[in-house]
Amino acid sequence: MLTLDGLDVWRGPSQVLHNLDLEVKAGEIVALLGANGAGKTSTLLTISGLLRPRGGRAVLSMDGREHDLLRLAPDRIVAAGVAHCPEGRQVFAGLSVAENLRMGAFLRRDGEVASDLAEMGDLFPILRERAGGLAGQLSGGEQMMLAIARALMSRPRLLLLDEPSLGLAPQMVDRIFDVIETIRGRGTTVLLVEQNAGMALEIADRAYVLENGRITLSGLAAELAEDARLQEAYLGLAPAGEGA
Amino acid sequence: MTGGYLLQQMINGLVLGSVYALVAVGFSMIYGIVRLINFAHGDVLMVGAFSAFAILLVFGFPLWAAVLAVLTIGAILAMLIDFIAFRPQRSAPQVNGFITSLGVSILMQNLGILLLSGQPRPFNLPGWMRTNLDVLGARMTVLEIVTVAVTLLVLLGLTYFVRGTRMGIAMRATAENPLAARLMGIRVNKAIATAFALGGALAGLAGLLWAGRAGQIDPLMGFVPGLKAFVAAVIGGVGSLVGAVLGGYLLGFAEVLFVGLLPPSFGSYRDAFVFGLLILILLVLPNGLMGRSTEERA
Ligand SMILES: Nc1ncnc2c1ncn2[C@@H]1O[C@H](COP(=O)(O)OP(=O)(O)O)[C@@H](O)[C@H]1O
Ligand SMILES: [Mg+2]
Repeated sequence: MLTLDGLDVWRGPSQVLHNLDLEVKAGEIVALLGANGAGKTSTLLTISGLLRPRGGRAVLSMDGREHDLLRLAPDRIVAAGVAHCPEGRQVFAGLSVAENLRMGAFLRRDGEVASDLAEMGDLFPILRERAGGLAGQLSGGEQMMLAIARALMSRPRLLLLDEPSLGLAPQMVDRIFDVIETIRGRGTTVLLVEQNAGMALEIADRAYVLENGRITLSGLAAELAEDARLQEAYLGLAPAGEGA
Repeated sequence: MTGGYLLQQMINGLVLGSVYALVAVGFSMIYGIVRLINFAHGDVLMVGAFSAFAILLVFGFPLWAAVLAVLTIGAILAMLIDFIAFRPQRSAPQVNGFITSLGVSILMQNLGILLLSGQPRPFNLPGWMRTNLDVLGARMTVLEIVTVAVTLLVLLGLTYFVRGTRMGIAMRATAENPLAARLMGIRVNKAIATAFALGGALAGLAGLLWAGRAGQIDPLMGFVPGLKAFVAAVIGGVGSLVGAVLGGYLLGFAEVLFVGLLPPSFGSYRDAFVFGLLILILLVLPNGLMGRSTEERA
């Protein structure tokens, strides 16, 4: 579905992604892991067209059609079926919950926006309850749900999620990860950026590890979860065989 | 002082406040979406007044044609200014836009003087607009009644636009968070152009009303209403449309009462009073009447 091939991305004077290759197949949950500043957000922004690489390719292929993402404006990338739920939620705080959801469907002209709104209310009952309230008055976890629901309102084929667990209480993180699995169950492919590698690997099929703008590890999530190098670096566990 | 006199002053305040509100609401809308203090906004009003002059008094078209023309010309001019002067430096610091807007303002005023001469020209609306009517015991010209009514209609329409339409909500979303707006597929430059077009149309309309009130026009005429709109917007909490309208009316009333209730010799201190009021309000409410705290906006 998504193929990134040799991306070189610069931000200001420094190169933040080096020759990055990454693939997401239809129906997968793929985790992109890495420490703060590794370049995870930059990768997602490049896919969404908000950062333009100096070199490489980014192709979205669906239903036998290929979209060269590097030639599409951000709004055309959304229209092609990519939704980006940004880091830090970024809900429109001064707009109502319902207006936020309506903006998620900004490009849609079909008649099913209203029924999708109702569906988001089923998926996240709190959003239905607070539909008329300001998004800024929701709790952090509720805002995260709103941000995900808003992204889903564009009916994406590929959902980019940037650190959905950031700053949330453990219970809420569980809820969010359940929702991510539900979303995949409904047929949406997910590229999940996380620092919380343990949880991400539980729901992901495959994963990539990014360090200083370079992919240093990749493979099946189940295998990576056992990988000593990853455990050492991101799970806070001592490598197997050491320690108590 | 009689009740009738007070009522007359209130009505005068309502009329003056309406014009201020029309200009201030556009000013505030533009600030809200691009964080730009646009000092050229008053000069769009001036161009609106000259357009009305040309349509009505040079070509002799009817009033409705002038209304259509000032709305269209105001909208197109404001979008052009955005496209040429502001859009190329969208990511530059805020102060650059502010200085640019001063430059655009001076350029427009000087072009006006160069092409149209600095001499004031008489601007007389059709006679029926200037006849006096009796309203609740006070006197109002047809123009004044129209000014108040049109302003209320326009503000209602604007409220519907920003609350109830897809593009209006997108404009507010862009003002809140341009990055997230882009991720929704909103074209930020289009949303900004829409704000300039609306603000410009309202300024153009205000130009027609202002010129009708003043009875004359000149290329520097946009300065005072532009400045008053700025004050009204800041009083209301710049970026807030409701605040701009409140600020406009508050300023209109305050000004008229100041001039009307104090001895005539104080009349020339009118503008000093306006800025005194501004300072007072900002001392008590640093973000204006409806403004949100700067932390929240950042
Ligand atoms: N707006 C920006 N301008 C310039 N450099 C940035 C900007 N945002 C992030 N960076 C740099 O890009 C690199 C990658 O950042 P980012 O993609 O945000 O990483 P992550 O999401 O993995 O934490 C970091 O070195 C960071 O300092
Ligand atoms: Mg990040």
